[in-house]
Amino acid sequence: MTASPALLVAVPLLSAAVLLLTGRRSDRWGHWLGCAAAVGSFLIALNLVLSLAKQPHESREISQTVWTWISVGGFNVDVTFTVDPLSAVFILLITGVGSLIHIYSVGYMEHDDNRRRFFGYLNLFVAAMLTLVLANNLLLLYVGWEGVGLASYLLIGFWQHKPSAASAANKAFIVNRVGDFGLSIAVMLTFVTFGSVAFPEVFAAADKASSTTITWIGLALLLAACGKSAQFPLQSWLLDAMEGPTPVSALIHAATMVTAGVYLVARCHPIFDLSATARGAVVAVGAITLLMGAVIGIAKDDIKKALAGSTMSQIGYMMLAVGLGPIGYIWAIFHLLTHGFFKAGMFLGAGSVMHGMNDEVNMRRYGALRTAMAVTFGTFAIGYLAIIGVPPFAGFWSKDEIIKVAFEHSWVAGGAALLGAAITAYYMTRVMLMTFFGKARWADDAHPHESPAVMTIPLVVLAALSAVGGWALLHVVNLETWLEPVLGHGEGELPFSSSLLLPLTLAVVALGVAAAWKVYGAGADIPVSAPRGSWFIRAARADLGGDLFNEKVLMQPGQRLTATLVRVDDSVVDGAVRGIGGFTTALSARLRQAQNGFARSYALVMVIGAVIVALALAMVRFA
Amino acid sequence: MMSGSTPWLTILLLLPLVAAAAVAAMPSGNAENVKRVALIGSLVPLALVVFLGVRFAGQAAGGSAFQFSEAHSWIPAFGVHYALGVDGVALALIAMSAVLVPAAMLAGWNDVEERGSGSVKEYFAWMLVLETFIFGVFAATDVFLFYVFFEAMLIPVYFLIGRFGGPRRVYAAVKFFLYSLLGGLVMLASLIGLYVISGQQLSAPSFSLFDLVNLDLPAGTEKWLFLGFFLAFAIKAPLVPVHTWLPDAAEQGTPATTTLLVGVLDKVGTFGMLHLCLPLFPNASRWFAPTVLVLGVVGVLYGAIVAIGQRDMRRLIAYTSVSHFGFIAIGVFAMTTLGQSGASFYMVSHGFSTAALLLIAGFLISRRGSARIEDFGGVQKVAPVLAGLFLLAGLSALALPGMSSFVSEFMVLQGAFQRHPAVAAVATLGIVLAAVYVLHMYRRTMTGPVSGAVTALRDLRGREVAAVAPLIALILALGFFPQPVLNLVNSTSSWVMEHVGATDPQATVTKAGQ
Repeated sequence: MTASPALLVAVPLLSAAVLLLTGRRSDRWGHWLGCAAAVGSFLIALNLVLSLAKQPHESREISQTVWTWISVGGFNVDVTFTVDPLSAVFILLITGVGSLIHIYSVGYMEHDDNRRRFFGYLNLFVAAMLTLVLANNLLLLYVGWEGVGLASYLLIGFWQHKPSAASAANKAFIVNRVGDFGLSIAVMLTFVTFGSVAFPEVFAAADKASSTTITWIGLALLLAACGKSAQFPLQSWLLDAMEGPTPVSALIHAATMVTAGVYLVARCHPIFDLSATARGAVVAVGAITLLMGAVIGIAKDDIKKALAGSTMSQIGYMMLAVGLGPIGYIWAIFHLLTHGFFKAGMFLGAGSVMHGMNDEVNMRRYGALRTAMAVTFGTFAIGYLAIIGVPPFAGFWSKDEIIKVAFEHSWVAGGAALLGAAITAYYMTRVMLMTFFGKARWADDAHPHESPAVMTIPLVVLAALSAVGGWALLHVVNLETWLEPVLGHGEGELPFSSSLLLPLTLAVVALGVAAAWKVYGAGADIPVSAPRGSWFIRAARADLGGDLFNEKVLMQPGQRLTATLVRVDDSVVDGAVRGIGGFTTALSARLRQAQNGFARSYALVMVIGAVIVALALAMVRFA
Repeated sequence: MMSGSTPWLTILLLLPLVAAAAVAAMPSGNAENVKRVALIGSLVPLALVVFLGVRFAGQAAGGSAFQFSEAHSWIPAFGVHYALGVDGVALALIAMSAVLVPAAMLAGWNDVEERGSGSVKEYFAWMLVLETFIFGVFAATDVFLFYVFFEAMLIPVYFLIGRFGGPRRVYAAVKFFLYSLLGGLVMLASLIGLYVISGQQLSAPSFSLFDLVNLDLPAGTEKWLFLGFFLAFAIKAPLVPVHTWLPDAAEQGTPATTTLLVGVLDKVGTFGMLHLCLPLFPNASRWFAPTVLVLGVVGVLYGAIVAIGQRDMRRLIAYTSVSHFGFIAIGVFAMTTLGQSGASFYMVSHGFSTAALLLIAGFLISRRGSARIEDFGGVQKVAPVLAGLFLLAGLSALALPGMSSFVSEFMVLQGAFQRHPAVAAVATLGIVLAAVYVLHMYRRTMTGPVSGAVTALRDLRGREVAAVAPLIALILALGFFPQPVLNLVNSTSSWVMEHVGATDPQATVTKAGQ
């Protein structure tokens, strides 16, 4: 029996409603309801994907129209959920990794008074994210798009008594709204061009539209993707978003939500297929961000921010790949999945370390934790091997393919991807060494201990996926064949012998690892307070000027504009009115003196008014 | 017309008036009883409106845009009729008003006691009188009758602000009154002009909307007459730059009064543009449309930016409305079905959403004794229900999908984009600014450490939740299921589009294919 796609969304949504509306009454069991909803939707997703797999390869699709949302003057939008091979992999990722992170959170948030509310928001996120990937039209996708933004806002600011968390939440939402501006423009332009916003109709007619229009739609979509996926130039919110509880960073700001931009481009590939300009812009954004994020990752001492820089960088890889056209789409999605496994695992691992270290995030206060937290260490290490691309771990398969197609596209793209691999190896080795090796630099009251099983079991599952997930997706699931009916398939040609690629990649990775080992490896003395560092490290630590740019170019002029307009409104616009109606002040002053004058003056004005009306009418009538 | 059938609209108009008289006649001794009678007096019309809505929807498929029509000659010498009838927009706005009046009453239950002076009876009676005039102005199909209600609405609001408002209430009330009076007089001049022409072109002069839409106006005259109406409506709405009375009125009025003022009365302005300006002056409307669109865009951005800079919550919310009225004006003058239906739906959802925001801000302000944003901080910790509802109302103000405001704002922008992509694109920047003003207000008041005097704030009482929770529920329900209301307002849009002589642009691809 095939489950209903709408049910997939409804289960976590209903659970969220229950958790948020019943308040303290559900404190005792709320987290288990939250977990049950996540696991329940995972089972539904599994059922849907298995049913889908039984359909003929070329036309796999399960679609359900639930109701007509808006129907006005030729503008018709239905609430229709569609499971196709592309959304299938997403619903499994969202509900699967989502379930693990829900379970982990039972332990991680155990001592938080508002754990129930936390699970309510997590469920809300899952429902919104599922809506995003199941939507069969752009406007419904927009609902999921801003829905995940809302959940992200609520969860980043979950500890909102901390001003830093509240500010980070605001920043995330507002920067994302800049991206949403792009998505709005894309929706509107799509409708005036195609008379529909439903994917099947739009994509079927895409080649009939003018190339300028297509390029504009593509660029508007890219702006949206930049906001949600923290890509240059809208990247700055993601580092601040680490203010949220760590499971949030793992689920929303690593494994799923931030990859929505990649999904958007892949979903709308018929648009990008038609515009080399839009594709070029996607590649450029991806290449810049993959290097930026990696460089930022080098300099951060906060383990979560180092991982956040890494996330930016890894999504940069996916962006780059998805911008390459048919040769890259599938590899972008492949990397998105493997990254979902290993990055979620490492974030949860970082959370486990924090859990055992009194919420310390500064890696300069870590060190030598491998024995105190054996499971955390072991699982983190697998994630580490996966992300730097050591065979046969998951990231190796996907990153290798991206580097290959990037070279097939151009030397610049390939060079950026290869350089990124070296830097990735460097900063991840640094994280690994600073956290688990070397001397203990713990604070006096730190007593590191392994986390409870409810937290370590998800770590083990994600580590297993990080170990074999890449190989399995490629060779057991045959991801290429699975996605091909939706994303198409392209063959490129390497500018050099393909046998050189693997040794080249492994060499730069080894170089990165060795360089980090030299600085942070055996016997290295890591001071508890960060040294000043070179200009390069200082720039990286300051997020390569992202915030400075926001401050100088957006915030300060914005504040000046606001202050000016408030003054103008008060003195010029209202001043003119007060000037014209100078008698207003006089009148009101007089009214204030005589208490009863208030009603009397009013009556007088009314009488005068009535007389004017009567006279005017009479003059016209009898003139 | 339709004599013999039940005069539903007259009954609807009379219900609050009767309740007002009952309230006024009650002994002042038991204030709670007075309030209860007033509340019931506002719930009965709501029930009737629901009944009318169902009947309207059942008959709408049939034909005429207007239903429940009644017409009686009132001043035969001037061709003035007592003529009522509702089209979809009018009925939707009447329904919205019928919801907001009891909500405002519940929220303002203790306004008079908290002020320490004034009469409970007077306060509630004026609200009921206002409700009658509101129903009248939306239901009038005689333009003179419309004008009478339009001006009559000023009286209760003037008293509600002037007698029950804050320290600078008299200044605010007089400013509101003079502004509106100015607009009203200019409209009156135009009205007389229309009447003169009707005398020349029709067998007998008439103020009936249905007669006046058929006039053939000389081009120059039409523009002047349009301006008269438009100015009155622009002040009422209000559009930039004739908006400065609104922040003062919002700051000085009680939250209940401000809710009715911003939620309902201001809609008469945008309602008038759609419902009177366009059908009465089609050529002039099209001629002025680009100007109005620019005014709308300026209003969207200007209102939002000035809102960001406000320190008083009530003024901030007033400026957000200035921004939102810019959106509505854009929708009306985009001259597309999507834009007009969007603008109509915007009026309804803005009513609920601003009411929720204003009333919750009011609860907060009365608890703390200050409306200044900097006097708050950390409220979420001590009053989570209040904070949660405030956030929901705020999310509605920033048009989050799932809220009715999203549907309406998107429709307005999409409708404008069909004809004027640049206008729509610039106006879309408003969604970023809306996020800034809503979230900054929320952050500064609700988050962070609990600041001094906030510690003692208590969370919402049952009565207060009962006032705003239905509004939030409506916002969400209409966000997911807007179609019943859209069906209502669509009938008006097609009527207006026909009279203004506009047709929806076709999709580029379809056009190219033909």
